[in-house]
Amino acid sequence: MRNCWIKIFGLIVIISFWAVPGVSRAGYDYVDISHPFLRKIPMAVPLFTKVSSGHETDQLSESAPDLLAETLEFTGFFKLLDREAFLVNPQTDATFVSVNFHDWTSIGAELLVTGGVLVQDNLVEIELRLYDTFKEQLLVGKRYKGQVADIRKIIRRFCSEVIYTLTGDRGIFNTEIAFVSTGTGNKEIYICEFDGYNPRQLTHTKNITLSPAWSSDGEWLAYTSYAKGKPDLYIKNLRGNRGYVVAKKGINTTPAWFPNKFELAATLSFSDDPEIYLLTGTGKIIKRLTYNKGIDVSPTWSPDGKSVAFVSKRSGTPQIYIKNLDSGQVKRLTFEGRYNTQPSWSPRGDKVVYSGMENGHNNIFVVGIDGQGLIQLTHNEGDNESPSWSPDGNLIVFSSTREGPSRIYVMTSYGTDQRRLLVLKGRQTEPKWSPRMVNK
Amino acid sequence: MQKKLWIILAMVFVIPGLLFTASCSKKAVKEDTSLSQQAEDEAAEKARQEELARQRAIEEARLKEDAIQKAKDNFLNEDIHFEFDSATLTPNAQEILKTKAEWLQNNPNGKSTVEGHCDERGTLEYNLALGERRASSVKSFLVDLGIPASRLITISYGEERPADPGQNEAAWAKNRRCHFTLN
Repeated sequence: MRNCWIKIFGLIVIISFWAVPGVSRAGYDYVDISHPFLRKIPMAVPLFTKVSSGHETDQLSESAPDLLAETLEFTGFFKLLDREAFLVNPQTDATFVSVNFHDWTSIGAELLVTGGVLVQDNLVEIELRLYDTFKEQLLVGKRYKGQVADIRKIIRRFCSEVIYTLTGDRGIFNTEIAFVSTGTGNKEIYICEFDGYNPRQLTHTKNITLSPAWSSDGEWLAYTSYAKGKPDLYIKNLRGNRGYVVAKKGINTTPAWFPNKFELAATLSFSDDPEIYLLTGTGKIIKRLTYNKGIDVSPTWSPDGKSVAFVSKRSGTPQIYIKNLDSGQVKRLTFEGRYNTQPSWSPRGDKVVYSGMENGHNNIFVVGIDGQGLIQLTHNEGDNESPSWSPDGNLIVFSSTREGPSRIYVMTSYGTDQRRLLVLKGRQTEPKWSPRMVNK
Repeated sequence: MQKKLWIILAMVFVIPGLLFTASCSKKAVKEDTSLSQQAEDEAAEKARQEELARQRAIEEARLKEDAIQKAKDNFLNEDIHFEFDSATLTPNAQEILKTKAEWLQNNPNGKSTVEGHCDERGTLEYNLALGERRASSVKSFLVDLGIPASRLITISYGEERPADPGQNEAAWAKNRRCHFTLN
């Protein structure tokens, strides 16, 4: 019964201690939201103090702080300081009880995370604290209890607390990334956690399967598959076996869920011309969104659902356009280059990221929705395609051939900290960042 | 002496007579042989002619079959090629499509699928739409030449099924294509 309880909830937050007055709100100025990657905050994450003894405690006191450091570093906000430079070792010194902040400010750390770990009967209890070393203040402290196997969830939950304390946003630690991989010899859809951990195959169509798209609640995934020999649109519930298929004549491609509704836009060509339509989540046409002879494809919604950006060849080359659904007005967004496709509207609503071709190579660009402030984010490193925003708008996932076969990479929204997300057999393409999962 | 004379006489008359008879009978035999020989020859000649005709017919049938097969092979193997990011039919593509229309008219029973393909340089989602446009340009052209639309199905594979996996202009040119299959 007790095990069952733990399994259901995964982990239990025991207590949130020390509600330091004024800290949780005052903390937002740690990370400059408008340009968070300009200056990374130096952070120290020493090894955790062992409260119990034994092999598992020893292991967790090293692996858990490593995981915590990696998880926080993933955001691009922090510079993790080398443990070699630390003046104190919390595993032996009694730092966990009382912190001598000078030990940390003198090596340049502005933030400090300490932890204590206790393992008993295969259950782990971890206490974690985030300090501002200059203000000599505890910013957030939590104690978690769960099964040893849940350590990753525990660390992520605390990292979410850290990010919330510092930015006022819950971050991306409960998100996933869907992508296409050819590992089995066919293109199939896979899902991994935000940091590339635990990739698993979702579809087993044994045919070409493409273009995953998450619903706003993360419960549905729409994609195109040739499972029945032609490109049809599949709308699949991720928790059960429910699903719908749109199998009209021609192509049924590029799904994009309407924000916070069980509706999605997709490209259908049953009229012999690829046009964008709004569909119900069950695949019925609500209305047609584009009217233009020639290709209209790849819709992406503004967060308020009032506008849709898409690719059109109406001016002779593929360019990105924005249609305001209230006024019906369409305006062209991209003017540089002769091949701009794969738009993705930022979660904050102010930018569109896309891939543009120059000299035969695709690179990733970001532009304001007013067409101003064009920035190229990738340079001279193979083909870079399919950008997709993290739900907090701070990171962009994309595919690149910079190391040979196409793989999935992540960078900040300013193009910094470009790194490979995971290594898998075959080629990986079309990554799509999930929304924040409510029940994760 | 008298007796010897008779014998000589007899020999003079009888032997040639015999000879005559013999030669006569021989001649008759010979005539018989030549008649049957002629019939035989004629039969052989006729058989030969028949055999020739038969072989000619086989050859003609084979040629015709070859021509049919060749026309079919051409129909299936000769792809329609496109410029980069274009679904417009070039004059050369139109010539090839006229031959394909002819073949479809000569073979009024089959249905054909037109596959639209792209090179890998564009992006995947756009290429699926472009492949669709290419296939439907080809279909419209054939329908204008009198092929019933119901006999033509289109499918786009975008950049998913290149004919040549190379990463150079020659491979890309080969991959920007419409390919025909029979259903």
